[in-house]
Amino acid sequence: MAARRNGFMRMIERRPWVAQLGVIALFAVVWELAARFVVDKMFLSPPSRVFGEMERLLATKGLTAALALTLYELAIAFAIAVVIGLAVGLSVGLSAFARRTFFPIVLLLYGTPQITILPLFILYFGIYAPSKIAFGVTHGIFPIIMAIVAGVQNLKPVLLTSARSMGASRWHILRYVIFPHMIPSFFAGLRLGMTGVLLGVLLAELYVSTAGIGHFTTMFTQNFDPTRLLGLISILAAMAIVLNEIVRRAEVHYSRWRT
Amino acid sequence: MSGGRIEIERDRRERMTSRLVQAGFLVGLAALWYLGANYWGINHLLLPKPQHVIAELADILRSGEFWPDLLLTLSELAGAFAISMTLGVGLGFLISRSALAIKIFEPLLAGFYAVPIILFLPLYILFLGLGPASKIALGATISFFPVVLNTIAGFGGVETLHITAARSMGASNWHLLRYVLLPAAAPVMLTGLRQGFTVALLSIIGSETIASLAGLGHRIVHLAEAMDTARMFAYIVFVVVIAVVLNALVSSLEARGRRE
Repeated sequence: MAARRNGFMRMIERRPWVAQLGVIALFAVVWELAARFVVDKMFLSPPSRVFGEMERLLATKGLTAALALTLYELAIAFAIAVVIGLAVGLSVGLSAFARRTFFPIVLLLYGTPQITILPLFILYFGIYAPSKIAFGVTHGIFPIIMAIVAGVQNLKPVLLTSARSMGASRWHILRYVIFPHMIPSFFAGLRLGMTGVLLGVLLAELYVSTAGIGHFTTMFTQNFDPTRLLGLISILAAMAIVLNEIVRRAEVHYSRWRT
Repeated sequence: MSGGRIEIERDRRERMTSRLVQAGFLVGLAALWYLGANYWGINHLLLPKPQHVIAELADILRSGEFWPDLLLTLSELAGAFAISMTLGVGLGFLISRSALAIKIFEPLLAGFYAVPIILFLPLYILFLGLGPASKIALGATISFFPVVLNTIAGFGGVETLHITAARSMGASNWHLLRYVLLPAAAPVMLTGLRQGFTVALLSIIGSETIASLAGLGHRIVHLAEAMDTARMFAYIVFVVVIAVVLNALVSSLEARGRRE
């Protein structure tokens, strides 16, 4: 008996994902039982129903369009955040003077809770895609700027001096010394930027209750329809996980040369 | 010798210049705001005049009308943080006691944290309504993760050699916790608690903004919907100052806890 338990423990130790799947399965079972027998069905739906009735959710008028629009907003906001973040990060990070002067201002802006100005974004950009993209951009650029500045800062001065002494031009230094060196921090910035963009876009989407995702979450909440609400939340969560995973994989892939 | 002095002199001058540029940047921004709102005809519904915002801010502070909203937001924050601290430190400590449990639960928790937890807000509103309870639940959920992950990292990172040494010198469980585990885990754990506090504050104000009946976030939305932008700007300034002060307070507590 003891030997068998030992064998089991050793198997888990070698393959922790088996136990992880077990934990998730246990969670699903508890959720299923709680929803079936304990909690009022006005508030909680069992997972079997949530995922079984996905079709009914997707048939809700305008919902797939709202999901597609959210994905579009995320993509545009991420692209803009990367371009601006890279430009600002390089111009602040590459000179010691600019770093000393403007980096504190960047930190100051990064430290202010942006959620307080969400109503202003709606006032300026309206309730449709532009306000959500803008809010995603302002959440995404700061982590990217921080990562780029940190990446440029870590550059060893001896690399620059030796490149210059071998007659490299400014462009050559940028192309062959600074860019390759920055790649890991650039991708780390992309990953953090994606987290920021997701937060910004979803905050704005949930805030506006008359259009987009916020309209549906409000509707499902007010109609006491946990089946469709949980389905919608699951789809959005899956979307976030996939996007995060893409940038994380890219980071791992492009940072390999260092080790 | 003199070369060093020149270096220091240049360094000092550069620092002066960057301070001047920083001040110039901020003053320029304020000047643009003033000119834009007063002379360039930008609609005051979009950009209120700065002197009006200052007057409104003074009025808010003088009348004390912010107290109910401030107290509600702060008590929601206290409730959320108390829950996430208790659960996060408790569960984190339990998980950290076994290497196998760390291997199983740490990736699960870290993976779950990759989901934007703000998505739970509609669910909590369905469960708990529009009142403070849904805000406390969201704040507690979001801040739970940095606390539990850093508690696991803190207690899990204690050197086994130190534990063995303490044991062999006859330390009881309590002594081991008090004199070996806690001091070693504290720095990482404090970082987690500070991060947890910051995200709890943000998510409480955020959930008040998205759907609520009262609180500082709700006040800003209310003024935005009433198109009373000058007072709304004043409240934004007020909330930003409160948030910055609270975060600075917690950071200094963290630094103090680290020293001890």
